[in-house]
Amino acid sequence: MILEIMVGLLVVGGVFLFFTGTLGLIRFPDFYCRMHATGKCDTLGALMALTGLAVYNGFNLVSLKIIFIAVFIFLANPTATNAIGRAALVNNVKPWMKESAESTSEAGPEEKGK
Amino acid sequence: MDSFFLWISITLALLVLVCLYRGIFGPGFLNRIVAVNVIGTKTVVILTLMGFIYQRPDMFIDTALGYALLNFIGTLAAAKYLERKGHI
Repeated sequence: MILEIMVGLLVVGGVFLFFTGTLGLIRFPDFYCRMHATGKCDTLGALMALTGLAVYNGFNLVSLKIIFIAVFIFLANPTATNAIGRAALVNNVKPWMKESAESTSEAGPEEKGK
Repeated sequence: MDSFFLWISITLALLVLVCLYRGIFGPGFLNRIVAVNVIGTKTVVILTLMGFIYQRPDMFIDTALGYALLNFIGTLAAAKYLERKGHI
């Protein structure tokens, strides 16, 4: 009973973080802001959900593989986010400023009115 | 506990559908790469949950492991290609 409550809390927390990252990916005005939302929320959400599933499974080889996937995502996802951010910075993608929201429209504030 | 995992999987699948909007209509290549990375991370969790729903987690976990590796390699290759090319 205690174990099921703990697994439920971990998995629902992970799904809540996934929902937050998706909301940031849809609603934020700029590429850098979207990357800021998804890079953190997805990493912690996957870590929490996979940890909950490993706790539910018990102590065996499958649980060890799930923990390995969680550790790999925890290492690989920030690395991928860093690589994409550097590719954007090298290619001169301008960050979104508050006063330039109505003048320049190449960085993505064109869906502002929706 | 099986129906709980099933509802969690359905919720994650709906979130993948919402992310697919940014993957299709997103302005530029970089937004699409970020959306594909997010979808891949969600897919790993969905595959692990499917293993617990079908009572065969030892088979589905290898698929999830391979998918996580391929997702990371694909995202990193696309980012390095765009960085080397010099224009988007």
